[in-house]
Amino acid sequence: MAKKLPAKDVVIIGLGWTGSILGYEMAKAGLEVVALERGPWRDTATAFPSTYAQDELRYDFHHDLFVQTKQTTLTFRNKADQTALPIRSWASFLPGNGVGGAGVHWGGQTWRFLPTDFRLRSHLKERYGKKFLPQDMTIQDWPVNYDELEAYYDRFEKLCGISGKAGNLRGQIQGGGNPFEGWRSDEYPTPPMKQPYGAMLFADAARKVGHSPFPMPAATLSQAYVNPLGMRLGQCTFCGFCDKFGCGNYAKSSPQTCVLPALMRFPNFSVRTESEVLRINLDGTGKRATSVTYVDTSGEEWEQPGDLILLCAFSFFNVQLMLHSKIGTPYDPQTGQGVVGRNYAYQTVSGVNIIFKDKILNPFIAAGASGMMVDDYNGDNFDHSGLGFVGGGYMGATQTGARPIATRPVPADTAKWGSGWKRATAETYRKALRLTVHGSCYSYRDCFLDLDPTYKDRFDRPLMRMTFDFHDNELKMSDHLTNRLADIARAMNPSEIAVAPRKGPYTVTVYQSTHNTGGTAMGTDPTTSVVNRYCQSWDVSNVFIPGGASVFPQNHGYNPTDTVGALAFWTADAIMTKYLKSPGPLVQS
Amino acid sequence: MAALLVTRAAVAADLQSFETVARGQYLAVVADCAACHTKPGGKPFAGGVALKTPFGTLVGPNITPDPDAGIGAWTDDQFVAALHDGRGRGGIRLFPAMPYPAYTKMTREDALAIRAYLQTIAPEPDKIEANRLPFPLSIRFNMAVWNALNFNPGRIEPDSSKSAEWNRGRYLVDALGHCGTCHTPKTLLGADNVSAYLQGGPLQGWFAPNITADSRKGVGGWSIDEIVRYLKTGVSPDSIATGDMTEEIVHSSSKMTDSDLKTIAVYLKSLVTPKESVPVSLAASDPRMVAGQAIYKDNCAACHTDAGTGTPGLFARLARSNTVQSDDPTTLIRVVLMGSQGVSTADAPTSPAMPSFGWRLNDAQVASVLTYIRNTWGNAAALISTDQVNAIKAKLASSSN
Repeated sequence: MAKKLPAKDVVIIGLGWTGSILGYEMAKAGLEVVALERGPWRDTATAFPSTYAQDELRYDFHHDLFVQTKQTTLTFRNKADQTALPIRSWASFLPGNGVGGAGVHWGGQTWRFLPTDFRLRSHLKERYGKKFLPQDMTIQDWPVNYDELEAYYDRFEKLCGISGKAGNLRGQIQGGGNPFEGWRSDEYPTPPMKQPYGAMLFADAARKVGHSPFPMPAATLSQAYVNPLGMRLGQCTFCGFCDKFGCGNYAKSSPQTCVLPALMRFPNFSVRTESEVLRINLDGTGKRATSVTYVDTSGEEWEQPGDLILLCAFSFFNVQLMLHSKIGTPYDPQTGQGVVGRNYAYQTVSGVNIIFKDKILNPFIAAGASGMMVDDYNGDNFDHSGLGFVGGGYMGATQTGARPIATRPVPADTAKWGSGWKRATAETYRKALRLTVHGSCYSYRDCFLDLDPTYKDRFDRPLMRMTFDFHDNELKMSDHLTNRLADIARAMNPSEIAVAPRKGPYTVTVYQSTHNTGGTAMGTDPTTSVVNRYCQSWDVSNVFIPGGASVFPQNHGYNPTDTVGALAFWTADAIMTKYLKSPGPLVQS
Repeated sequence: MAALLVTRAAVAADLQSFETVARGQYLAVVADCAACHTKPGGKPFAGGVALKTPFGTLVGPNITPDPDAGIGAWTDDQFVAALHDGRGRGGIRLFPAMPYPAYTKMTREDALAIRAYLQTIAPEPDKIEANRLPFPLSIRFNMAVWNALNFNPGRIEPDSSKSAEWNRGRYLVDALGHCGTCHTPKTLLGADNVSAYLQGGPLQGWFAPNITADSRKGVGGWSIDEIVRYLKTGVSPDSIATGDMTEEIVHSSSKMTDSDLKTIAVYLKSLVTPKESVPVSLAASDPRMVAGQAIYKDNCAACHTDAGTGTPGLFARLARSNTVQSDDPTTLIRVVLMGSQGVSTADAPTSPAMPSFGWRLNDAQVASVLTYIRNTWGNAAALISTDQVNAIKAKLASSSN
């Protein structure tokens, strides 16, 4: 029997980016807020200090910052007629854990989605006709448009101090920025990062081929910055340990560097770490959440009542908690009915590896978001007529470091071990460069999340089951874009080039991306979405999912965090200005 | 007319007037009474804070208005005597952990305003035994001898040759703020070494720095505005408050008015000490400097930069820093061995921290890297020996047991 605690105004589940932002906004407004976090407290100087933050074995290979699969995991299968098995070691994606969540170990690549991404289905239908999309593709328009979200993108970027160069200021195309991006009300808060040599070689070649390369928008800061909360960040040192690592130098935007110390000052905010939420409890009508049940490390169950429940976990776990709490109708792939777990999507990542004969690149001088990019082949920035696919991605020199265990590039004909391999490693290490396509992944009727019928977690709850495979559309897209990237790579005059478009089937055993999206999509129609345009549950109006990537209806050709952060501020505003004045559904279904 | 004047005088002396209580509250903040009399998370002024002195542990007593456990039954004169003469009710002698050697300089009017404020606090019935000193130091009569030798009671007389601002600053520094309690070194008997007034002193495993206008070892290189910002936010362009200064900033100076902080800055900047001969920097080619530079590049430069400039409000500046060039390197060695966390204030909430290097660098390496930073970028100070590092490490280990 759970022990009942005194009620709070707001209960936040998960203290990563969205939990921190919502926590700050709610606490600032004077509400009593408690955050429940599954993992440990994490603070820069004690959890990932500069004295050992760059430990590749500990963080990249032993997964120190990620949720341990013994704690919880997913089961996986490619197709609905297969039997899913549990993932026992993370590889394809790396779900975060602890205070700061994935915001601790992200690389810092901070992109906005395109204006056309937000009305994807309508736009493609208008441009290419009704029959252009594959039958089983379930993409849909977002319930918010770019113009509405622009101010919130701006707020998140200022919170982070993002380094970049605007390509479109209030409709005026700017030299040196991304000419394809949506309009921006303001320049980036800090100037773009300096670029490593490999990225500069890529930019030169891209210009030669006729593109307009620009610096990646980066949460690895080009200079010291003070954000609107008074939080201070330092300058990135290009140590090359960002993605999969915490930053010991206060130079990467994270909940720790941008929000948490300011948030913890509020006496009306508290956090309980090592507290794993089991479910959201509903009243007899099933239309109102009353409390949250969680377990502490002693196995003690606690019931935390609250007026407003904010589901701020990583995307899978948002979906899982909605299913365990029986909020919303679970998705049924047979009928296509139901919504929770529907439209799970991912990222279609591929690359081109090149080796130079005579250029010393020193690729270890890098940051999680350094690099020069080309955006000509993203979204619908190019004509898809006759190509046989929709979607796209950005491409460029995205190598984020050359860490010694993982980075062992050798020419194709090298022995796999022994003295020949060692010689080739030493010879090649400083002369090799990885170029990447960061491609979209649209949603399909047969890609979804549901509860596994066999495997359970340590609380005897069914594990989340992922059913996912790449579709022809994504593989064709990857093939086309990877070859366009190869065109630029060849203009760099490498001595060796390896072109590797993404191939099916999808496997969870090779790292690709932690951009797992969908499952609690936001939308205008309760039969195809879980939350409305304010990220509020259609079914239980005092439950919000404020911007986690689980609300994405499909995934676009950009990294998700900027949109996650923008939606967090968007939801916070809706709660403050609309919901609190008149609690209840903000959109009538 | 006469009646009106009488009424006004009566109001001014009324210890229950809103203005007196409000002023008393502000003065209690400036004097930081809560530092010793309010336990973190405890009831206001109910006591219980353990104070580690070089002579043993004392505990801040209950000063709420409870008539038995607190000071509610004290007369005003008894209260003033505690501040001015170091005498408690019934004439018992207080230990100078209660900074009466500073508070004696406070005006009676201010003392009574603090009294008026304390009378408005919720009474707490828990009695606190303040004296936990070992015998024979525990005998309060000893303090009669101590006072006779070390204590100079009496108010501050304004210096008419100086500005009102300077005089206010001196009053805040010496009487209410009792800055010298930490920043003036002590004699063997624990009294202020007046010849080294505010030139820094050891403090519970730290070195409270020199805060005179000395440009190398003090705050002479700081502008008035930088000192004000530091006291208000804990952050100056050069450094972030840490150690016991964290508490002072959070509980006291961050809540003071900017105009009062400015008077403090004006006064401190006037404290010009006689010029000492500046030591000559160690040659960059000295083997300890060469080793120190290599260690610095690998361990320190990512945050403190190759030029030793740091980042304002985040990473301390080392070049021309008074803490770095201090004669007493306790703080410097301690911070490298144990790390430290900066203060968090409303204006500067970051609370950045330096991690511990004690597990990663051996004593000789710590000595080399500190010798390097004390003698680079225009800094000049005595070299640090391995033995000094070792001694501080042993002291820190024994104090944490």
